Amino acid sequence: MARTRFAADRGLSARMVFVMFLLGLVYVVFVGVLIAIHLSPILIVVIAGGFFLFQFFGSDRIALYAMHGHIVTPEEAPELHAIIDRLCAMSNTPKPKVAIADSDVPNAFATGRSQKRAVVCATTGIMRRLDNEELEGVLAHEMSHVAHHDVVVMTIASFLGVLAGLITRFAFYATMFGGGNQRGRNNNQDSAALVELVVLLASAIVYAISFFLIRALSRYRELSADRSGALLTGRPSSLASALQKVTGAMGQIPTRDLRSAESFNAFFFTPALAPGFSLSSLFSTHPSLDKRLQQLAEISRELGQGR
Amino acid sequence: MGFLDTVLGRTKPVKADLDDLFALPSAALTLQAGLDFVPTGLGSVCFKAAEGAAFARTQTDVQQLLDSSSAGSAPDVELSKDSFGYTWLLVRHDAADVPGLVTDLHAVNSGLQDAGFGPQLLCSLISFAHADGRRLALVYLYKRGTFYPFAPLGTDQHRDNALEIQVQGTLVNDMKVEPELTRWFPVWGAPGL
Repeated sequence: MARTRFAADRGLSARMVFVMFLLGLVYVVFVGVLIAIHLSPILIVVIAGGFFLFQFFGSDRIALYAMHGHIVTPEEAPELHAIIDRLCAMSNTPKPKVAIADSDVPNAFATGRSQKRAVVCATTGIMRRLDNEELEGVLAHEMSHVAHHDVVVMTIASFLGVLAGLITRFAFYATMFGGGNQRGRNNNQDSAALVELVVLLASAIVYAISFFLIRALSRYRELSADRSGALLTGRPSSLASALQKVTGAMGQIPTRDLRSAESFNAFFFTPALAPGFSLSSLFSTHPSLDKRLQQLAEISRELGQGR
Repeated sequence: MGFLDTVLGRTKPVKADLDDLFALPSAALTLQAGLDFVPTGLGSVCFKAAEGAAFARTQTDVQQLLDSSSAGSAPDVELSKDSFGYTWLLVRHDAADVPGLVTDLHAVNSGLQDAGFGPQLLCSLISFAHADGRRLALVYLYKRGTFYPFAPLGTDQHRDNALEIQVQGTLVNDMKVEPELTRWFPVWGAPGL
C-alpha cells in the first residue's frame, strides 16, 4: 500500500537529528562558556538578532534581488506556471510566487519563510536546457524545500554560526584595545587579557564547528528535498537526468557569472562552483552528484517493484 | 504538517479523496436547470504516471476493467499524454447518463488508489456545453476534495471568468466549490473539453 511505498528514509532522518543535536550542543556549550566568564553579550545578541530578523523576514526579497529575479504572471510564463499549478494540486500546497532570473547559469531556487510567502525562481538558463519533465522534477525539489520550511531551519541554524562569528570579532577588538571593561579595574590586566583570549578561542572553535555542522545539515536537507520531489512527481529518473544535465552544463559557463552567484549556494538547486574548483565534501552545501543519483535510483527501483 | 516533519524535512504524499466525486450528478442537474449547460458525456481523469513496471501494470488493469465493464454499451476509454507529462484517461459515455460516467471515473480512481498510487492523481473533469457553443468543465481536485469550474474562451488561452463565478454561485449548495481562487488552475486542451 501507499504507506509503505512512501515511507520516510529513516537513516536520513536519524543523521539529521544527530547533526541538529550537535548544533544545539555547540550552542549550549558556547553560551555556557560566556556565562562562566561573566561576559555580557546583550549588545552582540541585539546585533546578531537584527541580522537574524533581517534574514528571516527579508529572505525572499534579498535572494530575488541578488539573483536579479523578477516575479512573472501566468500570461508572461504560461508553461512555468502550469507546471507549478499542477505540482501544487498534486501536493495540496498553496501556490508560491513564480519568478524568472535572466541568467544563463542553469539553476533554480526557492525562498521565503512560509508557504504563503514562498517564491520559486528558475533561471532562463535552466528553462532553456531542460525539457518539461526534467524542469518539473527540479521545481518539485524546490517546492519540497518550501514545504520542509528549509529557509526557516537553515536561517536559524546559520544564526548560531553568525552569533559565534560576531562574538569572535567583538572579543578580538576587545583584546586589541586593551579590554577596557569594568572587570579589568578590579582584577589585574593580565587575567582580563587571558579571559578575552579564552573567549576569542572558544568562539573561533564554536564558529568552525557550527560551520561544518550547518553544511552537513544543508546536505541532508538537499537529499530530503530530492526524495520528496521525486516521490511527488513519481519520476525520480527525470530529476536524475536534470541533475546530470545541469551539472554537466555547469562546467561550460564562464567563471565570472558563477563567482558572483557563489554566496547564495545554500538556496540553490546545484551549487554554482567555478570549474576545476574542488572542495572536500565536508565544505560543500550540497551532497555529491553520485550520492544524489544513487538515492534517486533507489527510489526508482522501489517504484518499479511497487511494493 | 507537524513540527517533527518540519525539523526532519519530510512530507507525506497527500492522499486522494474520492467520494466527493459523487456530487457530480446532482450538480449536473442544477447546471442544466440554472444555466442551460448540458453534460456532453465526456469525462477524464488526469494523473502523473509514475515510472516503473508497477504503475504501468496498474494502468493496464484499470483500462481493461473499464473496457470490459462497458462491453455491451457504447462507452470507450482513450489514453493520451499532455505536454507536461501527465496522462489523461478520457471516458466516453451516454450524454444523459452522468451517474454512469461518474461511476466509470471512480473506477479509475479506486483502481489507482488500491494499488497505492492515490497520490499520483491530479484531477478529474466532466464537461458541459451550452447551445450557443460555450464550453465548461467541472474540475475535481483530489487532494482538496473540492470542485471548480473552468471555462475556456476560444483557442488562445483565455478564460470566461464571469461564467466561472456564475457557476460557482449556482453550484454552491450542490458541491464543495474550491474557495481559494488561486487553486482554480487552467487545464488548457484537456481531453474531453
